[in-house]
Amino acid sequence: MPDPNTPLLELIGVSKSFGGVQALRDVDFTLRAGEIHGLVGENGAGKSTMMKIIAGVHADYAGRFLLDGRAVHFRSARDAHTAGIAMVHQELSVAPDLSVAENVFLGTQLTNRLGIVQWRRMAEEARAQLARLGVDVDPRQQMGALPIGVQQLIEISRVLFSGARIIILDEPTSALSPPEIARLFTALRGLRASGASIVFISHFIDDILNVSDTVTVFRNGQKIMTAPAATSTKNGLIQSMIGRGHAELEDTYTSDIRLAPPIDRPVMLEAANLRLGRSLRDVSLAVRAGEVLGIYGFMGCGQAELARVLFGKTKPERGTIRVDGRRLRGGGTASARRAGMAFVPDSRRSMLFHQEPVYKNTSISILGRLSRLFLKPAQERALAARQIEALRIRPPRVDALLGGLSGGNQQKVGLAKWLTYPPKVLVLCEPTRGMDVGAKDEVVKIVRGLKEKGLAIIIVSSEPETVLSMADRIVVLRKGELVREFCDENVSKDRLLEAA
Amino acid sequence: MTDDAKGASVPPPRARQGLAAILRNQMRNIAPFLTLIVLTAFFAIVSPSFATWGNFGNILTQVSVTGIIAAGLTFVILCAEIDLSVASIANATGIAVAYFTLQDSYVNIANVPVPGWLAIIFALIACSLLGAVNAAGLVMIGIPSFIMTLAMMQIAAGISALLVRGQIAYKVPSLITFLGSGSVAGIPCIVLVAAFILLLSHVVLTYTRFGRYVYLVGSNREAAENAGLNVKLILGAVMVISAMCAGIAGMLGVAHFGSAQQNEFDTYLLDSIAAVVVGGTSLFGGRGGIGNTVVGLFVLGVLNNGLDHVNIDSFLKILIRGLILLIALIINVYAQRLREAAAD
Repeated sequence: MPDPNTPLLELIGVSKSFGGVQALRDVDFTLRAGEIHGLVGENGAGKSTMMKIIAGVHADYAGRFLLDGRAVHFRSARDAHTAGIAMVHQELSVAPDLSVAENVFLGTQLTNRLGIVQWRRMAEEARAQLARLGVDVDPRQQMGALPIGVQQLIEISRVLFSGARIIILDEPTSALSPPEIARLFTALRGLRASGASIVFISHFIDDILNVSDTVTVFRNGQKIMTAPAATSTKNGLIQSMIGRGHAELEDTYTSDIRLAPPIDRPVMLEAANLRLGRSLRDVSLAVRAGEVLGIYGFMGCGQAELARVLFGKTKPERGTIRVDGRRLRGGGTASARRAGMAFVPDSRRSMLFHQEPVYKNTSISILGRLSRLFLKPAQERALAARQIEALRIRPPRVDALLGGLSGGNQQKVGLAKWLTYPPKVLVLCEPTRGMDVGAKDEVVKIVRGLKEKGLAIIIVSSEPETVLSMADRIVVLRKGELVREFCDENVSKDRLLEAA
Repeated sequence: MTDDAKGASVPPPRARQGLAAILRNQMRNIAPFLTLIVLTAFFAIVSPSFATWGNFGNILTQVSVTGIIAAGLTFVILCAEIDLSVASIANATGIAVAYFTLQDSYVNIANVPVPGWLAIIFALIACSLLGAVNAAGLVMIGIPSFIMTLAMMQIAAGISALLVRGQIAYKVPSLITFLGSGSVAGIPCIVLVAAFILLLSHVVLTYTRFGRYVYLVGSNREAAENAGLNVKLILGAVMVISAMCAGIAGMLGVAHFGSAQQNEFDTYLLDSIAAVVVGGTSLFGGRGGIGNTVVGLFVLGVLNNGLDHVNIDSFLKILIRGLILLIALIINVYAQRLREAAAD
């Protein structure tokens, strides 16, 4: 094993900008052989940008990059891969139509000497590899049919066991349940023991402190500090991340939270006996105006399917949905929207138009109210400007291309499109996934504000903190069934996890 | 021109966006235009008969039928779908309108003569129905448009064959004869109709709500659905629009050529797809527009017409057209990549 003090990888004075926006400013970064290096920082702080430079995704940057003491400049992810660097990106990138085994061996299919694919061997090895992360699925199953969390684990396993010596994980735990995270960390420690170096980006500071040897903090495109994890504290890291004292953000919801008593307002959304294959078994729920209902469950418990069914994206096999007393009868998402529903999906890619300006992203849901036939771009821009101000979207320009915004700001744009004319019912899927503490705080405030306005809000999440921080009432979903409802009582993260 | 082109000429307060970045973003619009200028200059230099007003009129007339088809096809391609049945539907509609018109006694076709206006309405209904079948296959059954319209290509050709049974019809309603082969103040009516349909399509795509939806469905279908758009309705509508444009082109084409017969429009499939794509409209949807299609039409028109003015092996012309199309496709894909890199 190499001397642990030798820098395996070194960045010196690296800068990178995107069309005038400085994403990285003169950053130095050192990764040693056989260490797990945690990276924290708010959204848009530059963590992902730097990792993408290391992984060869961004080839156009200023500064020096040393690998094993030799200067390198990767032109593509393939270059980096050849040098033994592999990355799991924040957004899932799997082939949903291929089998699990094909995804595990994507690009490295096992063949015999004639170049014939060895399906059985691939399936067996994929099964063994996934077992190391505790994933028990049939390797012949289609990838896209699996829950997102399992897909994410499969993608992680592909990179972890690809033989790379530098492994970068960008927010790997956001879709994972606690037992899955524990198994992932065991695997990471095993890889470290065999000499691999791992960079671990996460907003979950507990996770970072738990698994890392070293922690580096980013803020506004600059490196603020690097310190051994053993001597860092959660509070200290948060302080340097956001650059101001924020004691209240420390709240981890380990203590009890008092849920609100039932309210006497009209029911805005009522779902009765929803059934969908094995994902939903006779789910019934109701949300009142001015109430936030949290739907909690581990990844794959059916909560994603429930959200899709509620917004009319998937037709349930049985059951009825009423919005403000009116029954939805098919007609897809358009009729759900007309009935007064709004939907924010869990992935930015599936709610935003990256090549369009901000104002076209925010006006899409209200064009029907703005105009019958001809567009009114001036009004669209004015309304977008109002949302930008209300939600503090940066940069505050209605004509900015959406793709140039940071992830957190894109998320706000995705929400903004529903808020010009507030809907009756708002369904939010994983509204704070991959967000830093500051941005989470903002989402909580936005949701509270909407609740005050009388919206009925549903938060669907597999992160207990997300549900606990916003919900007035919580239902727990397990394997497609509603197993527990928390209402007008004390609840904590422990109790939620226990119920799920 | 397109929405993009406007954004460049009236720059919103974009923060320090360099000329290079603008050029990169506009590559899709600039490259076809440069191609057009280069081709025009080339033919003007090598052939004295090319750069004349009379020949300019020829080119306009030659691209008119293609232009009407390409206008409808632009809607489809902007949605990241394709319609391979346009030429067959044009042919079937042209034959249908002749079928409903009284033919001279020497034409041996068993037809059903009705008044001219009714014949036109019947023909329009026929092409809309064929488009509606395309739409139903695409959005209700879920057949990919490539396959669905391939089947429709055959179905429409079959309808044409049954209606004319190898014969040739000559008579169409007088309104169609006028629009297809007449002229107003020296300008051929078919050019005016093509210009009108292209202009109307441009207005619809750029300034109406429906047009915006077409672009958004093309650039991210899932996001459009998640925003509560009726994606199926929009996809269905573009298939019907495409078929109707094809039908109009078919009726006018029959009048323009002077006869209605089997396989009359076969070359128009490739030409109309080529016009849209050569103009720079993205095959991946969401980018481009009628402005691009017009430039693409002229690139093809100048190329076809110019090759007739230079002394060149007529069999070589086909190869040259193919090569130009290939280059345009390469630019199309390349421009898409540049733009995605810029938006990243």
